[in-house]
Amino acid sequence: MPRTTRTRVRSRAKLLGAGAAAVVAASGLAACGSSDSGVPELVWYTNPDSGGQAEIASRCTDAAQGRYTISTAVLPREASAQREQLVRRLAANDSSIDIMSLDPPFIPEFAQAGFLAPVPDDVADRVTEDVVESAIEGSTWDGELVAVPFWANTQLLWYRTSVAEAAGLDMTQPVTWDQIITAAQDQDVLIGVQGIRAEALTVWFNALIESAGGSIIAENSTDPEQIELGLTSEAGIRAAEVMRNIATSGQVGPALSTGNEDSTATGFESDQGGFMVNYPFVYPRGLAAVEAGTLDQATVDDYAATIYPQVDAGTEAAPPYGGINLGIGAFSEHTDLAYEATECITSTENQAYYFVTNGNPASDSTVYEDQAVLDEFPQAPVILESLQQAAPRPQTPYYSEVSGGIQREYHPPSSVDPEQTPQSATELIEAVLRKEQLL
Amino acid sequence: MSTTTLPPAPKTEPVSKPKALISDRAKAERKLGWLLAGPALAVMLLVTAYPIAQAFYDSLFDYRLTDPDNRSFTGLSNYVVILTDQLWWTAIGVTALITVITVAVELVLGFALAMVMNKALRAIRPFLRAVILIPYAVITVVSAFAWQFAFDINTGFVNSWFAWIPGVGADTDWFGDTGTSLFVICLAEIWKTTPFISLLLLAGLAQVPEVLQEAAQVDGATWWQRMRRVTLPNMKAAIMVALLFRTLDAFRVFDSIFVMTAGANNTESVSFLAYRQTISRLEIGLGSAVSVLLFIVVVLIAFTFIKGFKVDLAQARGDS
Repeated sequence: MPRTTRTRVRSRAKLLGAGAAAVVAASGLAACGSSDSGVPELVWYTNPDSGGQAEIASRCTDAAQGRYTISTAVLPREASAQREQLVRRLAANDSSIDIMSLDPPFIPEFAQAGFLAPVPDDVADRVTEDVVESAIEGSTWDGELVAVPFWANTQLLWYRTSVAEAAGLDMTQPVTWDQIITAAQDQDVLIGVQGIRAEALTVWFNALIESAGGSIIAENSTDPEQIELGLTSEAGIRAAEVMRNIATSGQVGPALSTGNEDSTATGFESDQGGFMVNYPFVYPRGLAAVEAGTLDQATVDDYAATIYPQVDAGTEAAPPYGGINLGIGAFSEHTDLAYEATECITSTENQAYYFVTNGNPASDSTVYEDQAVLDEFPQAPVILESLQQAAPRPQTPYYSEVSGGIQREYHPPSSVDPEQTPQSATELIEAVLRKEQLL
Repeated sequence: MSTTTLPPAPKTEPVSKPKALISDRAKAERKLGWLLAGPALAVMLLVTAYPIAQAFYDSLFDYRLTDPDNRSFTGLSNYVVILTDQLWWTAIGVTALITVITVAVELVLGFALAMVMNKALRAIRPFLRAVILIPYAVITVVSAFAWQFAFDINTGFVNSWFAWIPGVGADTDWFGDTGTSLFVICLAEIWKTTPFISLLLLAGLAQVPEVLQEAAQVDGATWWQRMRRVTLPNMKAAIMVALLFRTLDAFRVFDSIFVMTAGANNTESVSFLAYRQTISRLEIGLGSAVSVLLFIVVVLIAFTFIKGFKVDLAQARGDS
């Protein structure tokens, strides 16, 4: 190799080496959680949304007046994948995780593993003021608040006004699943439920068993072998019965076993749409479809929402509760600032902004008095009422096992046998918790 | 009855040369070989042998990622749990079915494509190769989503395009049943990896000496006779290597199942089972045991191909 070429190669290699070193050094600095100016940088791991959390981060950075900045990092789309990524990093004591947007069912697991920094008492008092009970319950583990309630989601019973009228249903009063099945059969319309083998199925089943007065977990414990399930209780059997009745009603369409929130919304938008249990996003989705010219305005005008159906007439329904709560990483170097930031993020103004712009309902009940919210979401009062009645999914560090077992045994919903399925699901989940069986 | 035995063979000198006779040049070449291959070998050991050893070690423990303090040695109990669980055998069955179907179809299709590429006009050959390779260039997850969207009951076009086929209609939920789900999964796998097998077979076809083909033609052999007596025997090594690589690959099927069914309707493969235990349940011990068993099965497949079918990897590479 000629000398000049060799020199050039060497200098190029040096440049590359220096560049690589600079990148490593820069990433190392970034991991320390301080920006160039020395202002602590809080990293907020968010679930994907329409940009609302990034905007709130920017607003709170401005409000902090130089004491800290918040940058966002987006997690995977599915809640289970978000949990998988966060758990793996926290198990390695990742100090770059300051604030996390957490799906409520996974909060006990994070808390039990010591992945969440304790919530200071004064912060706990402030962030639970005016917050709906289901969101507080969803942020609590072992009697203590371990996360900050942010936004709270719930499923409503969506129906076409024209269909309900034609079927003679009085929607000003709570209705039961049996009434809906009869009305749908009478009018030959679809009942939208989520029967896919995924978290959505657990959400549905949990709402059914809670509405029947029972719980998936009858006796909770931090020891997996001491957890007692309530699937074979009277409420558990009744929940299985209702699930089977809906699945075999002939009104759920051909794709119940793969139906998720989006596909049921698609079915509800079709000419056969009649009833559906789903989250409030279906309303802005319908409006967007009208704007895009794929749906008639008259169809969306026909939309109405009420409280989740009852399992037994006269027994108040327990609608699903979801949403996002904020956890502070136990290994963060700025837990005090991170908790300060969560108070800004979950302020009434920011929750109202998030509700109006991103369609994610607030956990703060005072937000529902905001005129902008009421203008954008005519269903806001029903959402608040639903959140006040809602029941969280089982609160356990072993949620994945419990939910996975439910999904395996209760799928497809048409195969559910109230005599057999609760027993087989109990046996499976208990064996999985004892680590004697695969899932 | 008499027996005839051969006279004892005269003693001969060992065929191999004594070490002292290795020339300096051979020594230098051997040293250079180690210098060139050594770093790659070290990296391979680091990225493959180490994780395999770690997985085997972890598989002997009851170890949950979120509860490292309660980690305890349990010996082979994880293996007992797995091997006595019906789910494992179902997953093995599903994986074997996908492997057999996809590899068989890919071999036939891949061979046909290789023949087309081999015989294509010189002018269009590069273009043809590029076109055939497109599916292989697509990321598996992307391909799985594309096939899922195509067959989806709400958004897919397959139901309306193929409504003329008996059994297919607007209400056909391809992912609602085991058979139809596996059909789409296999289809996606075949579409994606047939180009790979066809490329390997094309390399084998190119090795068949043209003079043999011409001689057979002169002797009056038909196309089928030339294929059976000349082409196939001469590319046996390439076929076996293609089969080996694809079988090992197919047995680790994961992406398509993850995207299309997430294991619903008994479509779980062994890799998916390992994912569910390790990543979803965070049971590192149990998941590692599933992974080790998968590794053993894959090694057995490779061993069976190499020893059972006498696959000569060097010959397929054109070394001999």
